[in-house]
Amino acid sequence: MDVKETTPTTEQKPSLPLLRTEELLLNLGPQHPSTHGVLKVVLTLEGEKVIKSDPVLGYLHRGVEKLAETITYNQFIPHTDRLDYVCAMYNNFAYVRAVEKLLGITIPERSEYLRTIVAEVQRIIGHLFWLGTQALDIGAMTVFFYTFRERETLLDIFDELCGARLTTSWYRVGGVERDFTPKIIDDLYKFVADFPSKIVEYDTLLVNNRIWLARTKGIAVISGEDAVRYGLSGSTLRGSGVDYDIRKVAPYGAYDKVQWTVPLGRNGDTYDRYWVRMMELHESNKIIKQCLDQLPQGDYKAYVPQVVAPPKERVFTDMESMIYQFKLYSKGFNAPPGDIYCGTEAHKGELGFYIVSRGDSKPYRLKIRAPSFIHMGAFDYMAKGYMIADVITIFGTYDIVMGECDR
Amino acid sequence: MKIPAGMEDGGSHPVAEKVRERFPSAFIGATLFRGDLSIHLKKEALFEAARLLRDDPALDFDYPVHVASVDDMGAPERFEVIYDFFSIRKKHQVRLKTRLSEDDCTVDSLTPLWEGLNFMEREVYDMMGIKFNNHPDLRRILLPDEYDEGYPLRKNFPIEGRGWRDTFEFLES
Repeated sequence: MDVKETTPTTEQKPSLPLLRTEELLLNLGPQHPSTHGVLKVVLTLEGEKVIKSDPVLGYLHRGVEKLAETITYNQFIPHTDRLDYVCAMYNNFAYVRAVEKLLGITIPERSEYLRTIVAEVQRIIGHLFWLGTQALDIGAMTVFFYTFRERETLLDIFDELCGARLTTSWYRVGGVERDFTPKIIDDLYKFVADFPSKIVEYDTLLVNNRIWLARTKGIAVISGEDAVRYGLSGSTLRGSGVDYDIRKVAPYGAYDKVQWTVPLGRNGDTYDRYWVRMMELHESNKIIKQCLDQLPQGDYKAYVPQVVAPPKERVFTDMESMIYQFKLYSKGFNAPPGDIYCGTEAHKGELGFYIVSRGDSKPYRLKIRAPSFIHMGAFDYMAKGYMIADVITIFGTYDIVMGECDR
Repeated sequence: MKIPAGMEDGGSHPVAEKVRERFPSAFIGATLFRGDLSIHLKKEALFEAARLLRDDPALDFDYPVHVASVDDMGAPERFEVIYDFFSIRKKHQVRLKTRLSEDDCTVDSLTPLWEGLNFMEREVYDMMGIKFNNHPDLRRILLPDEYDEGYPLRKNFPIEGRGWRDTFEFLES
């Protein structure tokens, strides 16, 4: 059923002379608990139906792109944590990949595996966070407690890994900050063995839940063709059946060395996007398990002393390394002149960095392609004709985070 | 066009060839850097070239990736607008670049071709002050509508911002 066509627009209003109807302008947000941050949408309503919506963005604008022009490449890594603060690891990953593409360096194989494992752990965390909050928005509160139970286990692993739970800054240009400890590997093995049974638990709460189905099936439908035209990416695009996943199209990390599939939806509604993300939880779990099994020995950082800080043990014992360390942290490295765009499949969609270098130690211009921002561009199209209560589920189905949207 | 050091000439790339064939006078040059193809065009031909990229079955660029802008303060053509496109079916990428002068920093909007560019072009307008002709809804997007202190990503905009901060007495300079 195509809801959009059955919707009465302002022109074809039924003419009831006694019933006075008028359009209502409603400000939703910026301080509405289910807007996932400080998002404001000005809705034009006819009764409860949305005729037009105008997202008002920028309440969390911090000028990160301007700031990037004044600091060195390495100094920008902690700023990427604050973009999508739910998934800091993936932002680090996307940024260091872009800088590595600009520099033209490759990194050791072990490092690629470590990066892939942590990125997939971050994807699971992101999807668990999304599932909990989307179900909470729709009114199923219990799911939230279940997903946050597993999220906590994984955040503890991050804590062990880098000392931080949310703002991690663990990725470095040329590798990662430190290697896994045996405890992390044990914990991860324990987690991947348990996790499929946990996904079944979430399913029992939602799959046959009539309210969940009524609130998600046939809501916010977007066809594959439209989704591509609007630049949607990630699970939001794949829910409409478009087979586009950067991990498959242009593999990075260790994604081409493990077996996994890209789940695709069919109808392009909120339910299919939910289904795609649930399947991705299974796939991520598979990727982590295979990467742990295959984890090769070797360095966790590339040896490019002009660009990558040498390991701490060498800095304390070797004069050359000491000099490189000093130069890197005082002045930074110079990137070759040129401009590159590098997109990475973060759990919300394609997170890309466009970097223009003029040969300095600072980017001349750094542009962030934030999936949440671009998804908001399709909001008016997707919300048109649905009820005001569905607007809340659309925020959820985008998995929107305002830190990334407003930058 | 002189190819900058460290980059390769992308003129023989099939996508660049096709654009040059159709728009010989507006085609300035093409570069390849780290596998990214960039095509430099005069702004008059930008819209038609983008339409060719979208509609030609051999090119088939259906996915708008991002829109960026660069400010080269002091250069005769100060601003550069950059569009990145990707083809999901053909799995190739292209970047269109066009330069604008400060006196006439307007360029044809590509939103009529890809709806998703609406917000991205609004952001470029908001941050760099480049006006897009035929844009359906060209307003500021991240900054408030009534913001009149300029365009923050221009190089002559101070990093600490302008306006109310200057009135703070406890700030020395």
